[in-house]
Formats: sequence, structure tokens, C-alpha cells
Amino acid sequence: MSVKEAELHLGEARHEVPHLGEQYETIEQQNDAYTIGMWAFIVQEVLFFGGLFASYAIYRFKYLYEFVAAHHTLSVPFGTLNTFVLLVSSYTMARAVRAAMQQKHHKQLKYLLWTIFFASIFMVNKYFEYSSKYHHNLIPNQSYSAEEVIHHNHLKVENGMVDLGARKVPLEEFEGRTKLFFSFYFIMTGLHGLHVLVGIIILAILAVRAGMDWKRKVPHADYMPVEMTGLYWHFVDIVWIFLFPLLYLMGGQ
Amino acid sequence: MATTTIHSGQERVNYLNVRTSVASWLLTLDHKRIGILYLLGITFFFFLGSLAAAAIRLELSTPKGDLLSSDTYNKMFTIHGVLMIFFFLIPSIPAAFGNFVLPMMIGARDVAFPRLNLLSWYFFMIGGVLATIALLKGGIDTGWTFYTPYSSAFAKGEVSLAIVGVFLVGFSSIFTGINFLVTVHKMRAPGMTWFRLPLFVWAIYATSLIQVLGTPVVAITLLLVAVERSLGIGIFDPNRGGDPILFQHLFWFYSHPAVYIMILPAMGVISEVIATFSRRRVFGYHFVAFSSLAIAIIGFLVWGHHMFSTGQSIYAGLVFSFLTFLVAIPSAIKTFNWMATIWKGRVHWDAPMIYALGFLGLFVIGGLTGLHLASLATNVHLTDTYFVVAHFHYVMVGGAIMGYLAALHYWWPKMTGKMYPQSWAKLAALLVFVGFNLTFFPQFILGYMGMPRRYHSYPEEWWALNLLSSAGASVLALGYLLPAIYLVWSLKYGTAAGKNPWGARGLEWELVDTLPSPHNFERTPIVTRPAYDYAHPEEPTAIYPAPRPVFAGGGKDG
Repeated sequence: MSVKEAELHLGEARHEVPHLGEQYETIEQQNDAYTIGMWAFIVQEVLFFGGLFASYAIYRFKYLYEFVAAHHTLSVPFGTLNTFVLLVSSYTMARAVRAAMQQKHHKQLKYLLWTIFFASIFMVNKYFEYSSKYHHNLIPNQSYSAEEVIHHNHLKVENGMVDLGARKVPLEEFEGRTKLFFSFYFIMTGLHGLHVLVGIIILAILAVRAGMDWKRKVPHADYMPVEMTGLYWHFVDIVWIFLFPLLYLMGGQ
Repeated sequence: MATTTIHSGQERVNYLNVRTSVASWLLTLDHKRIGILYLLGITFFFFLGSLAAAAIRLELSTPKGDLLSSDTYNKMFTIHGVLMIFFFLIPSIPAAFGNFVLPMMIGARDVAFPRLNLLSWYFFMIGGVLATIALLKGGIDTGWTFYTPYSSAFAKGEVSLAIVGVFLVGFSSIFTGINFLVTVHKMRAPGMTWFRLPLFVWAIYATSLIQVLGTPVVAITLLLVAVERSLGIGIFDPNRGGDPILFQHLFWFYSHPAVYIMILPAMGVISEVIATFSRRRVFGYHFVAFSSLAIAIIGFLVWGHHMFSTGQSIYAGLVFSFLTFLVAIPSAIKTFNWMATIWKGRVHWDAPMIYALGFLGLFVIGGLTGLHLASLATNVHLTDTYFVVAHFHYVMVGGAIMGYLAALHYWWPKMTGKMYPQSWAKLAALLVFVGFNLTFFPQFILGYMGMPRRYHSYPEEWWALNLLSSAGASVLALGYLLPAIYLVWSLKYGTAAGKNPWGARGLEWELVDTLPSPHNFERTPIVTRPAYDYAHPEEPTAIYPAPRPVFAGGGKDG
């Protein structure tokens, strides 16, 4: 860029955009910065979950039969329902982003509320799933018991050995290994649930702001917070898209 | 108050006098003030970590474990490691000096996300306070590596609290990394192309990549350890089907690149200082810039060399050994280019340059001894001995802290407006260099003779070398104490530093006032020359565009 061009560029830039941060020259620069920053954050999240996914893959490979037996106790209908609910919430989120870009605050509010609604359904389902695990002593703490896994899979236990068909495993080891499965199940879905919860809070703040913009008929509201939340929300969905088959669906053979 | 001084015309508005209340500091969004806040925080944690180091060296000055019990000794080296690594070295140069000078170097008013910047300082401080509470409240004795299953199943004390502290400082580091990545990408002034960037910016950029890609892995790993402690889930416990080596893989996936989080910014500082005090453009600019990225990338592929003797397969060991040797290439590229810069440069022997030369000497020893550890056969003999301790202190203390001190002495006039006494600063640099070598060179020999690390007593025949090491540590302590005295002294009694006391090139010296104004620049500058353009002293690196007339009506068509 020549000096002349640069001078022209700078002079033109700063006009009346109320939400332009004072460190920025132009609104395009600010929007780009938000976008790159959000993607960098998502990359960071991928690696955060990545450590868990890698560990889960290693133990599933190591203790395949135990993990498969344990995964049968998860409810596929519940998981499918939650997958559906989250996918629909991604759709309503995308509509909210679109409405925000078009400055249609009422529509934006409506779709944000729908997204919160579906996210909440997801959390309620998760609550039911978790409490059923609790009743069957499948929470991986000191009171964990593999009885439900054995019962659910109609496994035979003879002389303290669990018969897994292909091989026999001492009951104590079977308990430890299935407990590992539930450790991963609760940490991974729990961390994911935490992300959904944070998302709900951010969506609620955005909904309040959209409502205020609608009431005041703001002509040029900043749509970037909605778009960035959309990125985050789709990311949270994608994490579930990987969790669902890994934990609920994948069988042994 | 502040406004009266502005209008009286006595004093220019700068980032310090623009507002002076405590709240204006604690809620500041100014990258320069946040840099100062970090500087205060890391100095505090450095001081605490040094006390623990002093206790360790005192204990080791006699062969018998007479001063500290073995339990207390374990707690001391844990305090030393946790505080120095997570709360001093990792944030030191990027968070303090990166914050202060990086936006100025690229011609920006601030970083891209000032509020995130402040948040990351709070994460750092809260994490630091939690870790300090954990370390003081009975202490923990896991070592800074938190190896399982000891940390997850056996260690008593506030391990989980310390982990929460490290977790928070980890996210502080991630936020800083994201902020600098975006800042370098989007906040450069017009004309500041990638290859006009000062090499410090390249180094911080490479560091930020590691911070964003590596830190989350250690965060989740330590979280698993904390969950394992409270629930007994057994992911890292072999008794319950878990695998402790998995912890080491996950831990070193971050913690080896973390070594480059510590050394890369120091390398960036050295590039700045050597160019300035040799009055010469850094030789092989592109090579030095890309070698920072190369170190960041290769750094992610070498973590397995921490597990050569802990049950990793020999084939994995071979690959990791080979990849580790690769790191030597970009490191050597930097070192040779710095030396080529000094050669045929007009060298000025000011204090920051003395520190930079000290860096070169120590870093070369630290780097070359890394090769002994990278090769499988010698590693088996040297692993877990004082050779390892000496090696990483040469890189992390000899390298990173020398770079930190060089940065402190180089940018101090810009930050405070005051000059410190040069002769004292040079003496301190010399003391640090001599004291450091006295402390850590004997440890190479001790390690070669087989003295294991992390014991509070040792056989009589190693007494002389250990005593030498402890004596050296006191010289080193004096070398660290001196700057604390004369720098604080200079705040009140130092002579006023001009805008560009070193005669340096770069936006932060040529355009930004000493004691910068809150927005650094009068207007957004336009960069016209590459960095370190000492060959053309008459050409400014950047200029201010002519002020634009303001039209009423705000129409921008035409």
C-alpha cells in the first residue's frame, strides 16, 4: 500500500459507528478481529476436548469388551432425541444470526428464545439420564457398582469371573474398567453440558439485548455478538455429534 | 486532579498520569498498564519462588539432610517449580513486555481485545493466589509435574487447589495468546507488512500459537487428576485399569512446548537488543522470523523425549529422539544470525546488550547439552540426574531470565521515563552471568557422576561441587537483587530518559513518547520502512499522515 492510498484509507474509515471499539480503525477490522478471535478460541476448545477424546479412544481400544458392555446401559432413544433437539437448536441459532444481520430484532429475539428452549430440553433430558445412572449406582465414585452392567447384558458371573463371551475377566477388574467408561461418559458429557449451560446464559443475555433493540428500534445494532455466539453454539453441537456415536452407538465388531 | 495538570500545560498526558486512582488501575483496559500489572505480579511470584530455591541450595550445601526434612525438601522444590514455571516464566515476557510494547511496535492503539486482556490478568492473579495458598497451607510434594499415580492417589495436601490455580493461569495464558494472535493479524498499522514486523513480534506470534494449541491439553489433564483425587475414577491409576504413562503423554504434550513459550519470547527480545546495540539490521531476518515458527511447530512433536526411560516403546523413542535433534536447527539458525549481526555491527556496550551477550553464552551451553539428553543412549545414563536440572536451568534461567532482564533494561526507560545507572546494571549482568555458571555448571558434572535430582542428602564425595553450586547461587541472588534496588532507585532519582535513549529504530522508539500517551500515537501511523533500518538513518520507519479535514454531514461518497 502506498502512503497516498493509506492516507485515503485512514481518513475514510472512522465514521459514525457507535459500537466501533476505540482501538479499531474500521468496523470491518473489528468484525474480522472478532471472527479470528472466536475461531482461535474454538481451536483451543477442540484441543481441550481433544485430550479427553484421545484418552477415551485409547481405553476403548484397550478394554473393548468392557466398554461395549457398559455402553449398552446408555439409552439410545434419549441420545437420539437429544441429538435431534441440538440439531434443531443449531437451525434456530442460524436463523437468529441471519435475523441479526438483517437488523430484524423481533425475529432475532424469537429465534434466540427458540434456541434457549431447545437447549433447555437437552439439559432436562440429560438430567433424566444422569439420575437414572445415579439410581443404578453407575456414578463413578466410591459407591460405583457394575451390577447394572452385568444385569443389563445378561452376563454370567462364576467364581468371581465375568464371562464376556470371548474372554473371562475377574469381577474386580471388570468393575474398574466399566467404571472407566462411566468416568469418561460423565466427564465428557458433563463438560459438554457445561458448555450448553454457558451457551444458554449467553443466549439469554443476547435475547435481552435483542428485546431492547427491538423496543428502541435501533437501526444498526452490532450483529457480531450473535454471529460469534452462533459459531460457539455450532461448535458445541459438533462436540455432541462426536460424543453421541462414540458413547451411545459404537458396538464391538 | 489529572485534568488540571493536563490543562496547565506543565505535564504531557501519559498513561500513568491520565488517571491515578487505584480503581483506574484495577479496571484499566490500557495494554501498557496491564503490562505493568503483570510485571508487578510476576516479580512477586519470582520472589517467592526464589526463597524456595534459596532453601534448596542451603540444604544442599552439606551432604547430610540436616536443615530440611525430606518432606519439607520435597515441598520446597515443588513450590520452586510450580511458582517459577507457571507463574513467572510462562507469563513473564509475553504478558509483561508483550503487552507493553507489542501494540506500539505494530502501530496500534491497543490490543484487539482489551477487556479479555484485563480478564487474563485476573485469572493469573487468582490462580497465583490459590496456588500460593495451597503451597503454604501444608504444601504439596508432587513436584511441578504432578506425576500420577502419586499426585492422583497418594499425595496428601492441597494438590487439587494447586491444580485449580494452574488451570486458571493456563486459561490466562490462552487468553493472552488469542489476544496477541488477533492483534498481530488485524491491528497492524497501514504499511506494516509481515516482513516489516520486528522479530519480537514474530517470536510472540509463534509463542501465542503454542499457548493456544498446547495449554488446553494440560488444562484438561490436570482437571482429570483433580477429579480422580476427589472421586477415585482411576483414569491414571493402574490398580483400576488406568495408565499413568498416559498422564505423562498428555502432560508433556503441553509442557514440552511450554519450554518454547518461555524461550521464544526471550529470543525475540535478544533479536531487538542485538539489532539496536549493533546498529545493524538483524542478519538473515527471514530466517530468524521463520525459525521462531519452526521451533513452535517442531516443539509439538518432541514430547516423548521426557519418557525415554518410563516405558515408552523403543521405536517411539527413536522417532522422538530424531525429532528432538531437529529443534537444534532453528535454534542454531538464530544463534548464528545473531552472531553475524554483531560481527560487522557497531557494537554499543550498554547494559541490555551485556544481558543479551550473557543470553548467547548460556543459551548455547543449554542448547548443546540438550543434545546429550535427546540421544537415547546418553539419556538413559543422564535421566533424572542433576545433568537434566542443569540443562533446563541453562535454557530457562540462563536463557529466559537473561532475556527477561535484557527486556527489562531495554524498555525500562520507555516504561518509566527514567534511566538507571549503567555501571551498576552492567555489574549486575556480570554477576548474574558468573553466579549462574558457578551455580549450574557444577551440576552438569554432578549429574554426569550420577547424582539424582530431588534428594535432600547425598554422599560425601559430591560435597565440594554442591558447595560450589550453593556459593554460586548466592552470587546469582546478588545479581538479581541489584536490579531490584537500582531500578526502583531510578524511579525517583534516575535521570530523565529522552524519547530514544538507545538510538534504536522501531515505532516504539521513533514515534511513541517516553512515558507513552494513553493511545500511544497521535494518529494511526503509516509504516514506510522495514524493521531495523539502521542503514538509512535519515528515513523514519513510520510517519504520521496529514490530519484530515472533518466534513460536516459525514458523507463518504465521491
